[in-house]
Amino acid sequence: MERQIRKLGLALTALFLIVFLQINYIQVFAADRIANNPANAKRLLIAEYKVDRGSILANDGTTVLASSRRSPGELRFQRRYPHGELYAHQTGFYSYPFGRSELESTFNDFLAGTAPELLPQTFTDLVLGRPRQGATIVTTLDPGVQEAAAEAAAAEAGDVAIAAIDPTTGDVLALLAEPSYDPNLLASQNPAEVREAWDALNADPEKPLLSRASDELFPPGSTFKLVTASAALENGFGPESTWPNPPELDLPLTDETLQNFGGSHCVGGRSTITLAEALRDSCNVTFGEIGLELGPEALAEQARLYGFTAEAGEDLVPFDIPWVSGVFPAPETFEGRDPAVAISAIGQQDVAANPLQMALVGAAIANGGSLMEPRLVTEVRDPSGRVIATFDTNEFSRPLSPENAAAMTAMMVSVVQSGTGTAAQIPGVTVAGKTGTAQHGEGADPHAWFVSFAPAEAPQVAVAVIVLDGGSLGSEATGGQVAAPIARAVIEAALSG
Amino acid sequence: MSLPAASRGRAALAPAIAFTVLALVLSIGAYVIAGFGKRGQLPATFAVYASIFAGGYVGGLLVIRAFAARADPALFPTAAVLVGIGFAMIFRLSGGLAAEQATWILVGLIAFAITLVVVRDARMLDAYTYTIGLLGLLLLLLPVVPGIGQTINGARLWVQIGPLGFQPAEIGKVLIVIFLASYLNQKRELLQVATSRIGPLRLPPVKHLGPVLLAWGASLAILFLQRDLGASLLYFGIFVVMLWVATGRASYLVIGLVLFAVGAYAGWLLFDHVQLRVDIWLNALDPDTVFGVGYGQLAQAQFGMATGGLVGTGLGQGSPGIIPFAATDFIFAAIGEELGLLGSTAVLLLFLVLVGKGLRIGMRASDGFSTLLAVGLSTLVALQAFVIVGGVTRVIPLTGVTLPFVSYGGSSLISNFVLLGLLVRLSSGPAERRRA
Repeated sequence: MERQIRKLGLALTALFLIVFLQINYIQVFAADRIANNPANAKRLLIAEYKVDRGSILANDGTTVLASSRRSPGELRFQRRYPHGELYAHQTGFYSYPFGRSELESTFNDFLAGTAPELLPQTFTDLVLGRPRQGATIVTTLDPGVQEAAAEAAAAEAGDVAIAAIDPTTGDVLALLAEPSYDPNLLASQNPAEVREAWDALNADPEKPLLSRASDELFPPGSTFKLVTASAALENGFGPESTWPNPPELDLPLTDETLQNFGGSHCVGGRSTITLAEALRDSCNVTFGEIGLELGPEALAEQARLYGFTAEAGEDLVPFDIPWVSGVFPAPETFEGRDPAVAISAIGQQDVAANPLQMALVGAAIANGGSLMEPRLVTEVRDPSGRVIATFDTNEFSRPLSPENAAAMTAMMVSVVQSGTGTAAQIPGVTVAGKTGTAQHGEGADPHAWFVSFAPAEAPQVAVAVIVLDGGSLGSEATGGQVAAPIARAVIEAALSG
Repeated sequence: MSLPAASRGRAALAPAIAFTVLALVLSIGAYVIAGFGKRGQLPATFAVYASIFAGGYVGGLLVIRAFAARADPALFPTAAVLVGIGFAMIFRLSGGLAAEQATWILVGLIAFAITLVVVRDARMLDAYTYTIGLLGLLLLLLPVVPGIGQTINGARLWVQIGPLGFQPAEIGKVLIVIFLASYLNQKRELLQVATSRIGPLRLPPVKHLGPVLLAWGASLAILFLQRDLGASLLYFGIFVVMLWVATGRASYLVIGLVLFAVGAYAGWLLFDHVQLRVDIWLNALDPDTVFGVGYGQLAQAQFGMATGGLVGTGLGQGSPGIIPFAATDFIFAAIGEELGLLGSTAVLLLFLVLVGKGLRIGMRASDGFSTLLAVGLSTLVALQAFVIVGGVTRVIPLTGVTLPFVSYGGSSLISNFVLLGLLVRLSSGPAERRRA
């Protein structure tokens, strides 16, 4: 019988070998494909929420913008956003069925603890059987500034979007947009609740998931004259260069004319006007002339240096979360369209921007002509508090020489002192600014803009504000009346901090 | 077939102690880790369960030294590790089931001890061929008896007498193997005679094919009456294997395979539940059916093992609770999820060690009955493990049987401990008379 028993042993071993090969297939070779089957949703959900996901902190290192806490349910951790809507557009949401957005998405490796820098930590957690802990992200957001921005925006009946940047570092101190949303709704562990919230947010015509401060585009109106004026200075014109001052500008190749705001005639109808006066009083006629004089190449070149792209979404200024920079079309698109050059020079028609883009313009002027890349995250700390990654400040470009930056600053100071932006004055602080009132579409009330920085001598903050559709003043609104007071409140908060 | 010189005296004590301690450390260790994985602390039940393991395993070692001194020192510890891994997994799935399983482990160890004490010489079982065979058959058919039989999860396997429910077929399997060993040993020579040939196959006389056809019929009857595909397969497989080992006639294997194929095909044609089993096996992960009853179960087992990957999620860290019947039929998938490929491979290897040792005991046994009994018991463990592990991993269609020593379940655990007791007895040979 011995021979049979030996053969039997081999046969039984062969059976187990088949199973062994099969479990190799299931557990290693095809593991990912099998595990990612949609029918495995529950296990994937549990696995995802088993990580003690890292926190997102404000620039003080203590204010918590997003964190995880133990949950009594089957899912071990629950994501929490203590400030609800306030930082939603920067933290983004963390939702199992609908994924992640903003910092929750771009820094997911660190937050979820899968980044290679965290390997020693993760390994220790594994050995000790502790839940995997993610790293903490420290942002540049300043709670004082962000809260002041939210307060000022709430006081204005219309929808407001605001960007505040430290011009010397590019640190984003505040980024606020109305309407926002509560990311806690999407982090709920009740799938029906999450789906309902998600459907409602996506059906909302106001698109609360998108930030109007950085994700959408609007005509910048007269605030774009900062770019046109910069181009003039960089192309050899001075603040005191004089320009003809007709009551309105005949647009070449058409019967149409370009008029000043309210059809007025700048500087009391004098025959000439200086660049500084034109900026102070926001004269459309003069800037139309300057645009035609400089031509689309010079304007486009200047816009590129400030971070504007030829088409939305390409060659962006780097940022820690997805955004859309301003748009100034390629020069060749203006061929045979001279009127469009004049109109674009005053920030209408083909030009588009958002508060973050315009804050970058203000910041570059404030920083002696050097544009710093906007920065949202300064460092990453592992669960024991050790810093495992830091992010340096980077210069993006030099749109202005230091001299021309000083000249732009002086002109912007006079806008606030005696021009269209007097509502932004702060006692004891020299504020530099530029108003904008941007037409968009027949019958729609204009967007009110204000781009500013302070103190002019040693700038600490650059602020751009847009009040959509004129806000509470509707068709009567101007940037100086509606947007400038909001910018002032944000500047005050930034300077007091 | 004489005993090798080394196994004549008492087996060395040191390896027996070392293996038992190792089994104890692994069992208690796995359970403690599962406790930490589950709640982040030492389980509150630690003192109770650790004492049960310590007392039970040391007690098992002492009984072996007292009544089967020449036994293979690794046999009992190998099974003990399987029991320990299973217990840790069951504890991790449900504290309540773990409490019951701990009781069954204790009862099983007592059954193991009784087996060794009562069966002083395996050959004494050879004297009761038909008594044991009849008893085995009775136990097998008990669940079909109206009034006491219970249908649970679609199969009529349970007997309920008062508050006590049990699966008589579990111990019935062991009795049937004893009967077959005895019967085939007596009829070996008769069954070896070949009278006709078909091609290369030498066939026994038709009248001696009777037993094969009878076993085949009995297996089909189990399939018909109890709707238990797994058991039906198992009995027929063991019978054919033992018949082949006893006679050395390959023709029995071929005839057996043909009959099996015919039976399986007929079953597939006749029974909806067999067709469904096959369809589930083939299409468990198909997007159209993956959410269906049955398909979903098997799919969850695949997801669990795939999620576990190479090293597993760690005991208490995965979600094997999602898999239906994770503590019984699907415990191998739960092990795969939390202990990974390494853990599931370890379980397979432990079974190979156990089965290999069983077959070796068979080769070294001094008489034909002992040889066939060792081979039959080993084959029972091997085939039952393969049927369920192969089913869970989609090598073959799934049929619900327990994973020996590992799965939750009193009837299964107790009969496997009796089986282990018999193997230990066979490896030691007859107990020596105590010298005063």
